[in-house]
Amino acid sequence: MKSRCLPRPTLLLLLVLGLLLGGCQRIAPLPLRLTNITGHMPKLAFTLTDDQGRSVSAADYRGKVVLLYFGYTHCPDVCPLTLAHLHVVMQRLGKLADGARILFVSVDPARDTPAVLHAYVNAFDPRAVGLTGSAGDVEALVKRYRASFTREPSAGDGNYEVSHSSAIYVFDRAGNPRVLATPADSQDDLVHDLHLLLDTGVAP
Amino acid sequence: MKPHSMTLLLAGLLLAGGVHATAAGQIHASHAWIRVLPGNLPASAYVTLENRGGQAVALSGASSTAYAEVMLHHSSTAGGMSRMTMVDALEIPAHGKAVLAPAGYHLMLMRARRPVKPGDTIAVLLQFTDGSTLATDFIARPANALDDGS
Repeated sequence: MKSRCLPRPTLLLLLVLGLLLGGCQRIAPLPLRLTNITGHMPKLAFTLTDDQGRSVSAADYRGKVVLLYFGYTHCPDVCPLTLAHLHVVMQRLGKLADGARILFVSVDPARDTPAVLHAYVNAFDPRAVGLTGSAGDVEALVKRYRASFTREPSAGDGNYEVSHSSAIYVFDRAGNPRVLATPADSQDDLVHDLHLLLDTGVAP
Repeated sequence: MKPHSMTLLLAGLLLAGGVHATAAGQIHASHAWIRVLPGNLPASAYVTLENRGGQAVALSGASSTAYAEVMLHHSSTAGGMSRMTMVDALEIPAHGKAVLAPAGYHLMLMRARRPVKPGDTIAVLLQFTDGSTLATDFIARPANALDDGS
């Protein structure tokens, strides 16, 4: 015979869980597979210059699911690999991908002009946007998401290497932080989570 | 057999033996490709090096007439940070292999002498620590490629 109600401890747990979720956030919980950062990071906010030279802010991307990634164009290995993976993810999302944007924020604004960024991001995906700005504006965004980068001079020919955070921050259509993906995470999980965010989000 | 022919044969055998004794002589290169980035941005080159010999050898670098500079690098991710470091030599164990692949060991190609576009074949001279070299053709692939496409 099926029991008509859940055992008392389970019921209590559900009640507590419900109160916690209801009390802490009004953002609908989703069965996300990757690291859930809902409520643990601030909403998307920045003022930068896009790869077409326009001044843009986070408000310009409201209504889109945003994949935020910090990198630089003189990074020949890891940054292109990450962007190539994100391109595959976008392809796997099919038509839904039009509701998402990859925001590639340069942590090397001295070399990454809008023109350089424009050619760069478009070599990966048509839904990728390159963002650059003053060193201060870039640093503010990096700090906001507790990311970091350092500049390391190399062989004295004026070149330098940049080490940088490797994470991808995913925001929902309202600009709320939802998921933190690392290059080691599975592509399937990222596709899964983006599906959830793109399916449920209603464009304003 | 005339003594003269015998000398030639011996010399030939010695030469063949000599070729195999070098690092380059016992390495088989495959899956060689370059990720081409727009403009004059540095590119990365990847290759699988299989050591068919009984002695470990080491790759020390490479050069190419298509690029002003080529460096052997290693990318690593630790504590959520990605960084690149220069590498002096990469060992290829006896009867083993070394894989230069994205997010690991790679050749960084800097300052293309003329534009390199996807589909081009670029000759790269792999250099080993014993001074021997191996000419290898690398296929240029688009920025968003994930492998050599084969």
